[in-house]
Amino acid sequence: MKTQNTTLREIAVGDLVTEAGAFKAKRYRFVQIGCTGIGDAYEINYTFDKNYGYETVRITVHDGDVVPSIAEHYWASFIYENEIHDLYGLMVDGMSIDFSGHLIHTATKNPFRNPPEVTKVEKEKLAHEPKEGDA
Amino acid sequence: MAGRQIVVPFGPQHPVLPEPIHLDLVLEDETVIEAVPSIGYIHRGLEKLVEKREYTDYIRIAERICGICSFTHSVTYAEAVEKTMGLEVPPRAHYIRTILMEYSRLHSHMLWLGLAADAMGFENLFMNSWRIREEILDDMEMATGGRVIQNLCTVGGIRKDVPDEMLGQMSDHLKEITPRMEELCKIFSHDSSVRHRMRGIGVLSKEEMWELGAVGPTARGSDLALDARCTGYSAYGELGFKPVVEKEGDCLARCIVRAKELMAAADLVHAAVRDMPDGPVDVGKIKGGPDGEAFVFTEQPRGEVLHYVKGNGTKHLVRHRVRTPTIANIPPLVKMLAGAELADVPIIVLTIDPCIGCMER
Repeated sequence: MKTQNTTLREIAVGDLVTEAGAFKAKRYRFVQIGCTGIGDAYEINYTFDKNYGYETVRITVHDGDVVPSIAEHYWASFIYENEIHDLYGLMVDGMSIDFSGHLIHTATKNPFRNPPEVTKVEKEKLAHEPKEGDA
Repeated sequence: MAGRQIVVPFGPQHPVLPEPIHLDLVLEDETVIEAVPSIGYIHRGLEKLVEKREYTDYIRIAERICGICSFTHSVTYAEAVEKTMGLEVPPRAHYIRTILMEYSRLHSHMLWLGLAADAMGFENLFMNSWRIREEILDDMEMATGGRVIQNLCTVGGIRKDVPDEMLGQMSDHLKEITPRMEELCKIFSHDSSVRHRMRGIGVLSKEEMWELGAVGPTARGSDLALDARCTGYSAYGELGFKPVVEKEGDCLARCIVRAKELMAAADLVHAAVRDMPDGPVDVGKIKGGPDGEAFVFTEQPRGEVLHYVKGNGTKHLVRHRVRTPTIANIPPLVKMLAGAELADVPIIVLTIDPCIGCMER
């Protein structure tokens, strides 16, 4: 039983478009972009393939970061980039087709976005705090 | 002079759509200028459940990502977890997994061919396709107890062995069905009404398909010989396999690829039954949890699927992410629809065999 040939390496966000261009120049097929939340950040995996050797490059981004699109090299990236925008709330700059948040209908806006940090306030303290309009 | 443009909503409910996807079709007279897809009607949050279920139990959920290529999802997930744990699955389990993956392809393609015939108004062909599909489902039920959801695959192998006699019966029955499948293939390839409805419609070249990231029969219909089975996962590396391709790149070519893949799938089943190794069907008791991450690619009936898993050594996976063939075939669909006639939209959409349940997980 053969083992599939897959590789993974981390790159800087600033190198993403150059890396995608290098894959295109070497005739790598565009396979997918997959985003996953990792607590306070997001990992975005970009997979390319040539002769069934799957190579993945990974960038790590945070809420509020702008992710550059790889559309100038791979037009079809728009479907994954819009998905990332709609589900995770990350801004993607330069998509070949920008659905402006209308690709995926969701009841909650950006449902996969990392939850905001919540600071627990003690009940007693809350009770003693003056309310608006109190004399 | 440019005509007046109007927007026609197509879906999410439409007779040719077994599952909901919405397309805003920008039309000029009867010609589609642009198609704007939108989804989100059946998201189930299956990937999130990986954090709540043990990795061994989660395979039941992975299998339910899709109601058609269910078995392939469970195998892909299992192979991804096995890769992170360094498990060596016994050869017999690989062979049985391969047989059932090909059975899934058979019943999925039969389902699609029936739907295509129905969309063309060819009811007799639709009924014949689904009649054969029922017999394939009967064999799957005999082997596993389940017609659509098999629950046979497990991390480390398969849950129970399928006896050689039963595999022989399945192979014999498939040999009985094969002439009928060949007859069906001839009708889809040569019948004048099928050709009139599909020939020269939704054409994309091999280079365009490559550029757009197309997978599965959608890509192979344009002579792009792309098939994850060539990586040799499960038993494919030992059985010998060559992708079915057609050159024309139109709806008819995609249809013929699926029809011819029926015979290719049957050949793989016969080869796997003939070469079936003896021995155990699982690795026994598994200690520890998945540690590390893995990407595994397999070929579903609709094309290449990716399962990505990440574990931290505990019994719960940290992440599970699936890229299904349908989402990869949406950019080609958008290109195919631009310039098409409104009346051809349903058949073009159908020829990518969209599975929205898979796509939204």
